[in-house]
Amino acid sequence: MSRRAIITGAADTAVGELPGSSCMGLHAEAASLALADAGLRAADIDGVLCAYSFTEPHLMLASVFCEYFGIQPAYSAAIQAGGATGCLMVMQAAALVEAGLCRHVLVVAGDNRLSGLSRDKAVAALAEVGHPQFERPFGVTIPALYALVAQAYMHEYGATPEHLAAMAVACRTHATRNPKAQMRKPITVEDVLASRFIAEPLRLLDCCLISDGGAALVVSAADAARDTARRPVAVLGTGQKNTHEHLVAAPSLTEFGCRESAAQAFGRAGVSPADIDVAEIYDSFTVTLLVELESIGFFQKGEAGPAALAGALDLGGRLPCNTHGGLMSYAHSGAAGGLFHVVEAVRQLRGEAEARQVPGAELAFVHGDGGILSAHCSLVLGRA
Amino acid sequence: MAEDQSLKPLPVPNADTAAFWEGCACGELRLQRCTACGTAQFPPRVVCAACQSGAPAWEVASGRGRIASYTRVHRPPSPAFKADLPYVVALVALEEGPRIMLGLRGAAAEAPRIGDAVLIRFDPPAGPHGIALPYAVAMEDA
Ligand SMILES: [Zn+2]
Repeated sequence: MSRRAIITGAADTAVGELPGSSCMGLHAEAASLALADAGLRAADIDGVLCAYSFTEPHLMLASVFCEYFGIQPAYSAAIQAGGATGCLMVMQAAALVEAGLCRHVLVVAGDNRLSGLSRDKAVAALAEVGHPQFERPFGVTIPALYALVAQAYMHEYGATPEHLAAMAVACRTHATRNPKAQMRKPITVEDVLASRFIAEPLRLLDCCLISDGGAALVVSAADAARDTARRPVAVLGTGQKNTHEHLVAAPSLTEFGCRESAAQAFGRAGVSPADIDVAEIYDSFTVTLLVELESIGFFQKGEAGPAALAGALDLGGRLPCNTHGGLMSYAHSGAAGGLFHVVEAVRQLRGEAEARQVPGAELAFVHGDGGILSAHCSLVLGRA
Repeated sequence: MAEDQSLKPLPVPNADTAAFWEGCACGELRLQRCTACGTAQFPPRVVCAACQSGAPAWEVASGRGRIASYTRVHRPPSPAFKADLPYVVALVALEEGPRIMLGLRGAAAEAPRIGDAVLIRFDPPAGPHGIALPYAVAMEDA
């Protein structure tokens, strides 16, 4: 039988503003929900992968979590790759169970970035991603760094502010069908274009949210997955690619590692972009999503914007994308932000997505990017 | 009022970058060039990122380049930048090849376009490490 890793549990906490929440509390809540979803006990977990935290940063976050949750797994580690972390944790968990090192790996992240940090502190913490000597002295923020990509991409491929706005509208349209989403009020392209500039050409509604929340998954070895409760989802292919960390050292301002990361994942799964029923793609900014849709091969260069304006990313469209609402409308709580995309893909493949369900979804693609389109990780998931 | 400009995150030179910042303080833009493969690089480091050979040599760059991208910033990373809002940050592709990030000033900041020719200048040295930050002006202003 196939040795492919199986996602046996997937869950997230409430998201949005959660007064009284803590970083580790959100980890524990998400972990308990994912274990219950899988029908496993904490003692069944023999591997733990954590990420990073803005509100309770620590050199050894996996140890901190295991101590807090009261487990002593045979293997634990923390992974830090910005927005690629969620997918990367799943890729690593799959490798651990496929190598026979673990049977059930718990992947968990959470943060109270909204209630636990002031907005100024959240912006300042993120700005530390910039190069301390060659970027930060010039007053750049993460949105400004993505704005530099947006300007270059628009210049090269003819994308327009309306095309960027269409990404935000597509995510919000999905979120209106998701009762858990942080932002559910419908928006239009005009609303996006009327919101205030953050860093030109990006406006407030081109940017992701800041949220509290946690998410967790259980990734199990194929033979161990038989003990678990729900309809299993297989990790069919994974891929990763890094081209730079700082934008000032990026080899290109318009070509990024998402293409090779995705190509690896598709190749290992033996499928192509055209086979994908539903996609959950990192959307830290509208430009992130637009560049990734075109670089990964779902759309030709210059096509994603016009297609999105015509509904291609909505239910019934060519590629329903970010069906939970994504980072721009569902929630973005640090490393858990990228895990929300994975959790949503699992729900779609199980047919549990209710009003936002893509009918008959059998193959899902998930992508995360960290830094300034620096680190990429892609997953192809399918009904097992 | 005046948010304290001295709270801006000025570079702290290290062994990799000291020669670059010393150059800026005397009005020179310095790049590294690999003695093995000839590749020019920025930011500076102890190896050539193209071929991993050691000890790339320093040279004085032309200070000329073209705007590769730009953004006008409306929300700053910290209150120290508030007095400058809105300001334009650009990536400039230097004639020698590497890109550098800096602020645009004067006419270059009014209506920047990708491909515009710019010239790199330097602020007066400031702070405990005597840092002279580079900025760029339109070639016609030079
Ligand atoms: Zn070299």
